[in-house]
Amino acid sequence: MSVSKAFSQGRAALIGYLPAGFPTVDKGIDAMRAMVECGVDAIEVGFPYSDPVMDGPVIQRATETALAAGVRAADVLRTVERVAAAGAPVLVMSYWNPIERYGVDRFARDLASAGGAGLITPDLIPDEAAEWIAAADEHQLDRVFLVSPSSTDTRLAMTAGACRGFVYATAVMGVTGARAQVSEAAPTLVSRVRPVTGTPVAVGLGVRDGAQAAAVGAYADGVIVGSALVSALADGGIDAVRTLSADLAAGVRG
Amino acid sequence: MTASVAGLLPDSTGHFGKFGGRFVPEALIAALEQLDAAYRHAQADEAFQAEFGMLLRDYAGAPSMLYEAQRLSTEVGARILLKREDLNHTGAHKVRNVLGQALLTRQMGKKRIIAETGAGQHGVASATAAALLDLECVVYMGEEDTRRQALNVARMKLLGATVIPVTTGSRTLKDAINEALRDWVTNVDTTHYLLGTAAGPHPFPALVRDFVRGIGVEARQQCLDRTGALPDAVAACVGGGSNAIGAFHAFVPDESVRLYGFEAGGDGVDTGRHAASITGGATGVLHGARTFLLQDEDGQTVESHSISAGLDYPAVGPEHAWLHETGRATYEPVTDAEAMAAFKLLCRTEGIIPAIESAHAVAGALRTVPALAADLGRPPTVLICLSGRGDKDVETAGSWFEIL
Repeated sequence: MSVSKAFSQGRAALIGYLPAGFPTVDKGIDAMRAMVECGVDAIEVGFPYSDPVMDGPVIQRATETALAAGVRAADVLRTVERVAAAGAPVLVMSYWNPIERYGVDRFARDLASAGGAGLITPDLIPDEAAEWIAAADEHQLDRVFLVSPSSTDTRLAMTAGACRGFVYATAVMGVTGARAQVSEAAPTLVSRVRPVTGTPVAVGLGVRDGAQAAAVGAYADGVIVGSALVSALADGGIDAVRTLSADLAAGVRG
Repeated sequence: MTASVAGLLPDSTGHFGKFGGRFVPEALIAALEQLDAAYRHAQADEAFQAEFGMLLRDYAGAPSMLYEAQRLSTEVGARILLKREDLNHTGAHKVRNVLGQALLTRQMGKKRIIAETGAGQHGVASATAAALLDLECVVYMGEEDTRRQALNVARMKLLGATVIPVTTGSRTLKDAINEALRDWVTNVDTTHYLLGTAAGPHPFPALVRDFVRGIGVEARQQCLDRTGALPDAVAACVGGGSNAIGAFHAFVPDESVRLYGFEAGGDGVDTGRHAASITGGATGVLHGARTFLLQDEDGQTVESHSISAGLDYPAVGPEHAWLHETGRATYEPVTDAEAMAAFKLLCRTEGIIPAIESAHAVAGALRTVPALAADLGRPPTVLICLSGRGDKDVETAGSWFEIL
């Protein structure tokens, strides 16, 4: 199931992130299924990794918890399977080494057979991605690369051209984490990406509530929420995830 | 292996064969491009090279001496030449890299440098260069290391640097690198990441190599002047691998010269407690490059172990991965115990207290002597890069030998 379904509703799509295995594999699955029930359009399942250089403290702590509990690739794939069964497209977000170690084609095959839509690769740029691009084609998976406010026009066009499903626009220069203000760089970045691709553009890094989701949804095709959901799960459990998901879902539905 | 092949690597996208490259967030690509442009410009810029050369000579003490270790030579049945990088300002080869990168920082119009450090040597060197060139300096250091290496923390602070203890992950050097990368992603417009070894995303492996390759260039000429011939072997310790690539690079085209890199074997590679990324690791991606690293079945980085903080890193620079794969250089582990025996031997025969890192090179080099001698039919000439001095290691050594 491609993630494109999430972008074909005449409004901005809401994409929610949680790492697999946090606080446990089963509770993580329950939280993601709750997100789908509360109106989150697509789910990003994080593959916990020992050296998450793009992540701020909230996601670092959550993935450390997952790794300390022994979460493995099989747990990530089981999470994908269970959440996809809830009816929403599911993408895995992973730093590159766990995928390379698993075997790029093997991971693509297993992700596809788990019902996953695709893979988001925060530290893999298209320049280094020939093997993954071929595997994604072979197994009909979406491949989502990141663009940044510092990307040149040439790189924006190249990166957007390599994306399938959506283009992940990182709204701020920095690591993941909810912020009081949504970045002013984000609308500019989205307006730079639009002319070079017909692929939807989703904005991530910093969104924490429905009002911010509405503001981002006004100019982007998708709103990505990560750290705020992880904080909600860490501090308030699944009930807090439901409350925040409903607030965010109302935000993108205007 | 020809000179032109060696000189052409990495390729224009930063690859040494299948190793190297750029495995970083897109947000850093612009800064890496800017750094690459500044580095290429500096290579051809006479004013830059003149200033770098002046600082190396008048400030750092280059060329470092090549010393013939006669008592040690007699002891082991070889002609042992020591490249005395331990006599450089700040006590190690690292001053060459930090001076080069600090000059590049100024050339790029940036005012702030960040650096990672394990035991503190690269942090002290970075703080030194920052003071010299009037740059703000922030050093990331694992929390546990800040306690174990309180003297180096004090040195950095005396030099005007800010030291930030890293409390994430395993709280070691690799996590200090992660924190530095996070800072860089956030502050890339104003900040240069002064990476301490010939690893990381392109252009760092090539850039750091070129700033430290004077080690081998000098040693090659010094050896010719002293002995009338090239050495039979060049030996260096390998953590990230900057002193080793600096020592090796000028010799790569010299097919008669065997190149030996000695990794930290810790308690022994078979115990799992080691830092021998090439011998005991597998191909993967860490800190921006494809290389050899210590990892589990899921690609999670495994913690390294070594008595030597400077070698205690779970990966290795990509050019070493390539030199290993092509067979041009040989990489072998040296255990803590072997390194400490060589440490003591050098103290007692030559009156030189080496860094424990460098003691790995001495131990490995001495181990190769019998086979080299048998192969050559004569006592071999072995050039060892003595990359740093052991003042910082007195407490560790004192405890190892039970004299403290």
